[in-house]
Amino acid sequence: MKKSKILAGTIFLAIIGLITIAADHIDAPASRGTSADISDFYAFQGENTNNLVFVANVQGLLSPTATSTATFDENVLVEFNIDTNNDNVEDLIIQAIPRDGKMYFFGPFPASSTDLNSTVNEMATKNEVAISKYGLGAVISNSNQMKFFAGPRDDPFFFDFAQYSAIIGGTASGFNNPGADTFAGSNVLSIVVEVPKSSIGGSGSINAWIETKVKQ
Amino acid sequence: MKIYKIKYIAIAFLSLLVVSCNNNDDTTDTMIEMSTDFSGTYSQKDQMGRPAVNTVFVSSASKDEFNLTVPSQQSAKFQSMFQTNLKGLSPAFANAGDKNALGLDAATFTGLLATDVLNVSLDGKTTFFDGTNVLTGRALADDVITVELLLIFGGEDFTENAAFSDDHVDANDKTFLTSFPYLANPW
Repeated sequence: MKKSKILAGTIFLAIIGLITIAADHIDAPASRGTSADISDFYAFQGENTNNLVFVANVQGLLSPTATSTATFDENVLVEFNIDTNNDNVEDLIIQAIPRDGKMYFFGPFPASSTDLNSTVNEMATKNEVAISKYGLGAVISNSNQMKFFAGPRDDPFFFDFAQYSAIIGGTASGFNNPGADTFAGSNVLSIVVEVPKSSIGGSGSINAWIETKVKQ
Repeated sequence: MKIYKIKYIAIAFLSLLVVSCNNNDDTTDTMIEMSTDFSGTYSQKDQMGRPAVNTVFVSSASKDEFNLTVPSQQSAKFQSMFQTNLKGLSPAFANAGDKNALGLDAATFTGLLATDVLNVSLDGKTTFFDGTNVLTGRALADDVITVELLLIFGGEDFTENAAFSDDHVDANDKTFLTSFPYLANPW
């Protein structure tokens, strides 16, 4: 009796939870569940410590079945923004946009526009990689001292989001130990680019963020 | 569409002329390069710097607006909302003068968070927080949620509100790769 009540409550909260979830997964009404919905952003030093790696994940919470048919949207442009002088305005941009089974990359190039609308900068350094297919190995391209990947990956994010929702919802008094990873077994579509640090400021500190932009 | 058609017909016609005028030319396989179309204007839909910021600190009605505010304007527009929501959420900031383990009071902490960019060091270890380095990047294995919970609920020395300050999920469900593309194969 009590157990089933708790279970029903958990399921209810899990559903509510899906509406306000996690790192950036389905964070806001207009982008939620669309092909432009960012799930996560990472930036870290590469295996070659002269390089920095940027990861943009979109379309989170894909089940394995959903992953096999999931595709990047050709109407969605992903931008990596890099601020090199700590004014929180982008100085450099890397653009990524899919066309016909490939992910095309432009940049890093100096930002000329910093507003909410963009065009693809075809004058910038252009690279491409075949989008990796589900169930096959990761396709990587190396060019212009950079590395590129686009395709399905395990969602690297981990969080007992169901329990967090229960706490926020007032039906739990704390986290469990051990907790349960709500994102276990789910995939995302990832764009990974590794660039020489020398191309994005060289030394010191940068500020970085990602944006998705939809073709009008 | 129409213009392309005309272009192709013109190119085909031209190449026929070229071929017929150069019988000896051995490169008759004229390649017509199809250029990929990247035209158009793309308008912002979503953005992200640090993990979970929009989710936790922005009130429901403002989440889209936050995604459409450039980082340089976010703090002016949203810091006070962040502070209100932080105080509503965490007893660790209930009293005047309360700080978290970084020594930041509610106003300073939310001032930092409201500008949603990820600070990344180009000089060494990149981590969200490892006990020594603070906000020098975000590595795949970083337990960013527990770090954020500790900074929100943990008080001055990470000991307050222990039931809320760690979700006890400390690692990903798959091992990350040591080489590019670093993220694990999909399930």
